[in-house]
Amino acid sequence: MSLTLTRALWHYRGFILGSVKREFQARYRNSLLGAAWTVLQPVAMITVYTVVFSELMRTRLPGMNSPYAYSVFLCAGLLTWGLFGEILQRGQTVFLDNGNMIKKLNFPRICLPAITVINALVNFAITFSIFLIFLALTHSFPGWIALYAVPVLLVQIAFATGLGIIAGVLNVFFRDVGQFVNILLQFWFWFTPIIYSTATLPAAIRPWMALNPMTPLAQAYQGIFLYGQAPDWRTIWPVAVLAAVLCVAALVLFRRRAGEMVDEL
Amino acid sequence: MGDIRVSGLGKAYKQYPGQWSRLAEWLMPVGKPRHVERWVLKDIDFHLHAGEAVGIVGANGAGKSTLLKLIAGTVRPTCGEIVAGGRVAAMLELGMGFHPDFTGRQNAVMGGQLLGLSLEEIARLMPAIEAFAEIGEYIDQPVRTYSSGMQMRLAFSVATAQRPDILIVDEALSVGDSYFQHKSFERIRTFRREGTTLLIVSHDRYAIQTVCDRAILMDSGRIRMQGPPVDVLDYYNAMMAEHNHQMIRQQALADGRVTTISGTGEASIIDARLLNQHDLPADTVEVGEPLRLQVRIRANVALSRLVLGFLLKDRLGQAIYGINTHRLEQPLEQLTAGEEVTYCFSFPARLGKGSYSVSLSLSREDSHLDKNFEWRDNALIFHVFNTRQEDFVGSSWLGAEVQITRHAQERPDTSSATSP
Repeated sequence: MSLTLTRALWHYRGFILGSVKREFQARYRNSLLGAAWTVLQPVAMITVYTVVFSELMRTRLPGMNSPYAYSVFLCAGLLTWGLFGEILQRGQTVFLDNGNMIKKLNFPRICLPAITVINALVNFAITFSIFLIFLALTHSFPGWIALYAVPVLLVQIAFATGLGIIAGVLNVFFRDVGQFVNILLQFWFWFTPIIYSTATLPAAIRPWMALNPMTPLAQAYQGIFLYGQAPDWRTIWPVAVLAAVLCVAALVLFRRRAGEMVDEL
Repeated sequence: MGDIRVSGLGKAYKQYPGQWSRLAEWLMPVGKPRHVERWVLKDIDFHLHAGEAVGIVGANGAGKSTLLKLIAGTVRPTCGEIVAGGRVAAMLELGMGFHPDFTGRQNAVMGGQLLGLSLEEIARLMPAIEAFAEIGEYIDQPVRTYSSGMQMRLAFSVATAQRPDILIVDEALSVGDSYFQHKSFERIRTFRREGTTLLIVSHDRYAIQTVCDRAILMDSGRIRMQGPPVDVLDYYNAMMAEHNHQMIRQQALADGRVTTISGTGEASIIDARLLNQHDLPADTVEVGEPLRLQVRIRANVALSRLVLGFLLKDRLGQAIYGINTHRLEQPLEQLTAGEEVTYCFSFPARLGKGSYSVSLSLSREDSHLDKNFEWRDNALIFHVFNTRQEDFVGSSWLGAEVQITRHAQERPDTSSATSP
């Protein structure tokens, strides 16, 4: 079953890539600076966090003396969370937003979430390369160990995509799902060690934090970019399994409900 | 290639009493279903041969668009099957997926990709798309600056850039100016000659009659009738007139035509004849010959008001001339039950060569849609010949006269005179 989906995606690759390009262009179509805004936004964000937290609030992480330590810590978690959040949030509305197109045109529906995910990846690639440049400029780039982020990212993308498609399909039938996901994302963000480190939490809470699949991912990025440590794979692989299960579940749900979905749009 | 076989097709939408019962059904798939099925299409069977053009007519909500969506593949059938041979192109809505901020060219590329075309194919087709749309330099302007007609020109050009094996059109052609309408019909006719099967939904009688070989009448999700477009459209027309207390019957006439009679029957046409100046029945008529249409009717019940109308139609069913006693300001009022009336319309047959039909209607008001006592299509048939007048083309003889003035030619000898 995934073979036909893959073939459909391949055949419509032109449409998918064209849509990604178009969506990217559409955002800055009538602006003077154009794509520069894509770069300016993460630059501003990194500057704000560096100035506010590292300089003004004198926040220090245990064992780290660099003035940039906290912004590196924060950006490593925040930018990757942004990717996760964007895939999930746009995934849950992808079928609703394109309802009319789904009803009126016969094309593989699976293209729509593919466009969403690739779009989010493009945005992420831009912001994350700014982050990498920031690391290089502040002499905090961890070296080749940064490549460890790639498999972690893959796990995270799979996790977000599976979850996003499930939410997207369910949202067509139960609009509550969309509302719920938005609330969930807020809680989820604060229950993931992005702004704070788990080391600062009371010991009683820490085992509970480990149940959050986003925790090991965020910690892995922070470890790589702040401490130059390889991720603790023992904490990553359960998330990888969960991501795989979610992706399969998403495909099954999508295949089973795609026809009925059109009736509800 | 190009044929469509539809058998036992049905489509039902699930209706739940509330969102909670849907959730309950999802979570407990073994229990009894909590939804009711609302059937919008049922028992649809037909077969379209390659190269055939079929029009689907019917009232709003009869299931026409759902049927097209099912064949186009965007909606899945609940039961039955559709076998379509070849590439299906569906124009269910033109300009779908156009982005207003992008240029016509960019949108055309996108539209092509959405149809599954590769960039090379689109690049190859682009000159033809531009030429057909005839929007000139606007092709490189954002679509938001387009008029709706221009948008539709571009969308149609993209959608028909490649000849499909099966073309499905839903009302899409009723927009745009008449020049482009003609042009798009011409393209559809060309496709047909090359073997494309056409399935079209339209409320435009002209479109169905001139393009289609066959028409299918849909009513409440079922096929009510199929056959030659003229007969189906006459039947549909009668069906639309009034839904209550109606009888509709069709009779085959001696020459193979079908007459459709419908109405409440509160008044009926007893006799209708077309007479020439010698008071003889006029089957054949000379261009310009004075004619009289004599109609005898009977009021079967007491009627407060009665209007008789007639409509001349050409071979294709196009209205040529129609008038009624309401518009002639001679409606009858207060008829008693059983009263009989004879009407006599006289007019000269200023018509072109060919055969014509006369439809008659008995109603209370101007329109037969309000209170239709009897509507009779093809009540009379006559043929117009031209042996006396000059030969001319078209369906009406206007008897033009000509006056010609020849002007003396001016000599181009002055140096200032330049030819334009």
